[in-house]
Order: sequence, then structure tokens, then C-alpha cells
Amino acid sequence: MNARMLPFYATVVIFLIAYAICYIQFPAMLSTRVIGNLLTDNAFLGIVAVGMTFVILSGGIDLSVGSVIAFSGVFIAVMLRDTSMHPLPVFALLLSITTLFGAAMGLTIHALQMPPFIVTLAGMFLARGMAYVLSVDSVPIVHPFYEWVQSTYWLMPGKGRLTLIGGMMLLVFLAGILLAHRTRFGTNVFALGGGVQTARLMGVPVARTTVLIYALSGLLAGLSGIVFSFYTSAGYSLATVGVELDAIAAVVIGGTLLTGGSGFVAGTLIGVLIMGLIQTYITFDGTLSSWWTKIVIGALLLGFIVLQKGLVGLTGRSAGTAGGR
Amino acid sequence: MNGTMRFLRRVAPQIATLAVVLLLIGFVFPGFFDLSFANGRLYGSPIDILNRGAPVALLAIGMTLVIATGGIDLSVGAVMAICGAIAASAITAGYGLPATLLMALGAGLACGLWNGVLVAVVGIQPIVATLILMVAGRGIAQLVTEGTILTFTNDGLAFLGSGNLLGLPTPVVIWLSMGALVTLLVRRTALGMLIEAVGVNRRASMLAGVNARLLLVTVYMVSGLCAAMAGIIVAADIRGADANNAGLFLELDAILAVVIGGNSLLGGGFSLVASLIGAIIIQSVNTGILVAGFPPEFNLVIKAVIVLVILVVQSPAIHGAGVLFSFARRSP
Repeated sequence: MNARMLPFYATVVIFLIAYAICYIQFPAMLSTRVIGNLLTDNAFLGIVAVGMTFVILSGGIDLSVGSVIAFSGVFIAVMLRDTSMHPLPVFALLLSITTLFGAAMGLTIHALQMPPFIVTLAGMFLARGMAYVLSVDSVPIVHPFYEWVQSTYWLMPGKGRLTLIGGMMLLVFLAGILLAHRTRFGTNVFALGGGVQTARLMGVPVARTTVLIYALSGLLAGLSGIVFSFYTSAGYSLATVGVELDAIAAVVIGGTLLTGGSGFVAGTLIGVLIMGLIQTYITFDGTLSSWWTKIVIGALLLGFIVLQKGLVGLTGRSAGTAGGR
Repeated sequence: MNGTMRFLRRVAPQIATLAVVLLLIGFVFPGFFDLSFANGRLYGSPIDILNRGAPVALLAIGMTLVIATGGIDLSVGAVMAICGAIAASAITAGYGLPATLLMALGAGLACGLWNGVLVAVVGIQPIVATLILMVAGRGIAQLVTEGTILTFTNDGLAFLGSGNLLGLPTPVVIWLSMGALVTLLVRRTALGMLIEAVGVNRRASMLAGVNARLLLVTVYMVSGLCAAMAGIIVAADIRGADANNAGLFLELDAILAVVIGGNSLLGGGFSLVASLIGAIIIQSVNTGILVAGFPPEFNLVIKAVIVLVILVVQSPAIHGAGVLFSFARRSP
């Protein structure tokens, strides 16, 4: 068995065990309704986590995504309120803005040789600030298109609802999996995460790949903002504070190495679902307080990081002995 | 004499940046530098900057040392929330002020110990190791306050946030003395050099006989202690502990202060004074935007632009280009 796959298997096993525990306590948990809600409630987090997976696989980090989601919501709400544009061209405009924003951050990181941490931190301030400039109040979105999207769903067997935004998340994950594991760009991302110098020597276009990675993260943060606006029917500049942390946590729980170079987009989906499951469990239980979510996620993070550390140590040691022979 | 010159050259860019920021504010708002003495303390916008900058300045002290070892401490904001919550709940539970302070500071040290052990003993990357406490810490703080904003009326504790000492607000005295104490500790002993050695090359420093493991744990504990002090000050200032918002994003401001202070995120040489000036620059920008009468909505945008300008000026790539340029000029 490939040791690289272990964190991914561990994530899947933990998810199944957690779901089994939930099912034993609350048999109603195993219904398509709960699964449908799990997908809908975590759609925006899942989409942004796909972008974060690529960034982390390349050895970087993107702290700006939470602010970009908030900016997207406010931008859509203000555009729909103040102009008579249809939501679809507004979406296209928004996605090009956030993609360019991400690309600009990637360019800054590469051209100035600055740590991604600091550059995306500035991006985080900038995006949140632009959201404030557009509107400090919560702006409601009222549009027939929004009502249509929100009321459209596919009735799964067992009366569970797979909403458009839940389905959108699954599509983004599918595209992300193909992009990461089946294309040249994906290979370049992995190579970059293994070591910039090595990647450059192997002929990976470092500049182009870095810009594209952050552009992709910006694009998906914008898409996540659109999904979040469908979810809440409003744009609010103080929304989604700290979502970047949730996304990073989902990626790590999903078995991706925070140092980059190793991981799976599919694992991130399980990571997001585990985090959603904890919240669902707390809702079902009713007596537990919401702060247990953070503590459990922290404990899971610790478990996965220590597991990965152990695996890296093991594979490193075996590689060392192999080299010795 | 030589040492003084070197020190001045090291902090010159930070002092120049601070001077430019302050002059700009003074230009927009002429009464900015007015100081008055009333009720046993100084009043005025500059004092206000020193006072409001206290939490970030305290965090920057610990963060500078952590970054000098090549690490980073993302958990300080959450540790602030934990320690503020513990201070507030201990004082409302009827413990005396000394016991309360000991418990809160002890919690900060314990958080630092946890981070330090994960980094130095288990060997996890600092950014990942401290991320755990950053995520879980706010949950723990909410566990302590049971989800409410815990208020208290103890004047002794409130004094730490809003009292006066030696004609200055207490938080200013606290961060100035903490800064002086840590500076003396690392610069009048070999400690500072050892920290830099670990930051430059941990393996080499260990081979040279530095107890890197102990040193790393200690540095993270100092960071936890500084965060605890900042948390107590913030809780004392509003006479209550807000587990959700206390210290929110202050870890980012603290890291920014260290970076503006010209310290490399890769570790190695560091200057505490420059970091502290960096913290005051950040607070001056915040206060300046307010007194200059910009709409508060623009606060973050202006801050982002200033950060970008400072980063571009300090960027290694630009410096590299500068070196090339001067080299090219010299070669013919």
C-alpha cells in the first residue's frame, strides 16, 4: 500500500466512524435529507476549499478567501440593487474581478519574492476593505432569478433535496480532482510544492504556475461568494470572517500536507463533510454548545498533523535505509 | 559608540516611516501633537497611540523572538481570548487580584509550552503547530466564559487596562517595561545570539552545542506570556472578556509589526526595538485614518495599500535589483 494514501484513507475511515456514531445515536442522521442539507450548508466552504487545496499543494497559503467571499456577496447585492443588470452578467463581472485579484497576488508573490502569508494578508485587508467601501450595511438580494435558483432542487430518494448550490460544489470538486491529478497544470502544482528550486530545474514554468494557482483560488473564492449569496440572499461586509481558517483546516483534515507537494482534492471534500458533520451532530444533540465545534476541529487537526508527521518520518527513514543499501 | 551607530542604522527605516506617517497626520490634523497634563496623566493623540498600540506591541515582543527562530505563532490572538476569559472568570469567582493574574499568566505560559513542545519536541512546522491552538483556542475561551461576555467590576484588574502609572496609561507602562526587560535579557546575555543561531540553522546550532529544543520551547512560552498580558489588558480595558472578538486578527497585526520592523520571516537577526516601532506605525496608521476624518470604511483599504508599499520597499527582489544596479554602475 502506498504510504501517501494513508492520510486520505484515515480521513475516510474517520468520516465513516463519525457517521456511524451519529447514526447509532440519532438514526435519522442516515437520511438523504441530512445528506442534502450537509451538501447545501457547506457548499460555499467546499468550493473555496478546492482552491485552497491547490494553493496549499503548491506550498503556499491564501488568507484572503474569506474576505473575497464577503466582497463578492456585497458586490452582487449592490450591483443588483443599483443597476438593472441580470445576475448572470454580474456574476461574470465578479468572477473576472476576483480572478484578476488572485492573479495579482500570485504575481506579487512571485515577482517580489514575498512570503504568500504576508501578500495574501494584505489581500485580505484589501478585499474586506473594498467590501466596506461598497456598503457597511447588510444588503438584501431580491431578484426572481435568486428565487428560482433557491427553489430548484433534485428530489433524491428519501425526500432529500440536492440543491443547485450543493450540486455545484460536487461539480467543482470533480473538476478540481481532474485538474489536480490528470493535467499538466496539476502536476506542476505538485512539483512546485515539492520544492521551487527543483521544480524550476525540471522545467516547470514557476511564474505562470504561481500566478495561475492564486488566480484559481480567487476564481473559486468568487464562485463561493456567489453560492454564499444564494445561501443567505444578502451581501454583508462582515460575513464569512475566518472562513480561510475553516478552509485550511478542511484541507489539512483531508490529508493534504501543509508543507505542500502531497495531498488529494477528494480528501478535502471529506474534510469539509467531517466539519459539517460535527456541526450537524451538535444541532441534533441540542445540549452541546457551538464552541465544541472549534475544539473538536482543533483536536482533529492535531491528530492528522501528528499522523502525517509520523508517516513522513516513516517514509523518510525507509528511504534513508534504502539509500544506505 | 560603534554599537550605537549600528543600532541607529538598523532602526532608521522604521523611524523614518513613523516620522512620515506622523507628519502626514499632523499635516491633515494640526492639533495632533498637542499634549496636556490632567488628572495625574498625560493626554493627547500621541499618548493615545501608545495606549491603543499596547496589545499589538506586547504581541510583537514575543512574535519577534519566535520569528527570529524561524517560526511563527498564529495562536496569540486566541491565547489572548483564553487568558482574558480566565482573568474575568477568576475575578468574578472571588479570587484575589494576585491569584487571578497568576492564573491568567500561567494559562498563557501553558499555551506557549504546548506550542513549543509541538514545534521543538514533536517537530511539527510552526505555522501548522500554532494553527491548532488558533482554531481550538477560541472554542476553549468560549468554554471558559460559557459563551457569554463575562463582565466584572474589580477596580484592581480594571486599573491594568484603564489606570494611570507615572503619568502614563498603565498599558503603556506595561509594554514599555516588558519591551525593555526582554531587550536587556536577550542583548545583555548571549540569549539573543543563540536565538538568532537557531533561526539561521537549527541543526548547525545544535551541533555547536546550543540546546535548541529548550530555547524554542522558552521562546514560544515568552510569546504565550506576552499574549496573556495583552489579553489581560484588553479584558481589563473593557471590564469584560469577549471570547469571540478579543484579539481577533491581532496575530496578523503582530506579524505585520515584526515584518515592518524589518525582521526576516525566515529567521535570524532580529531587532525588538524595530518591531515595537513597527507596532506603533500600525497603530499610528489606524489612529491617523480616524483623526484625519476619512470614512472608517476606507480604513482597511488604506492599511492594505500602506502594507503593500512597505512590503515592496523591503522586498528582497527589489533589494536584489538594487544591488545589481549598483554593481552594474560600478563595473565599467
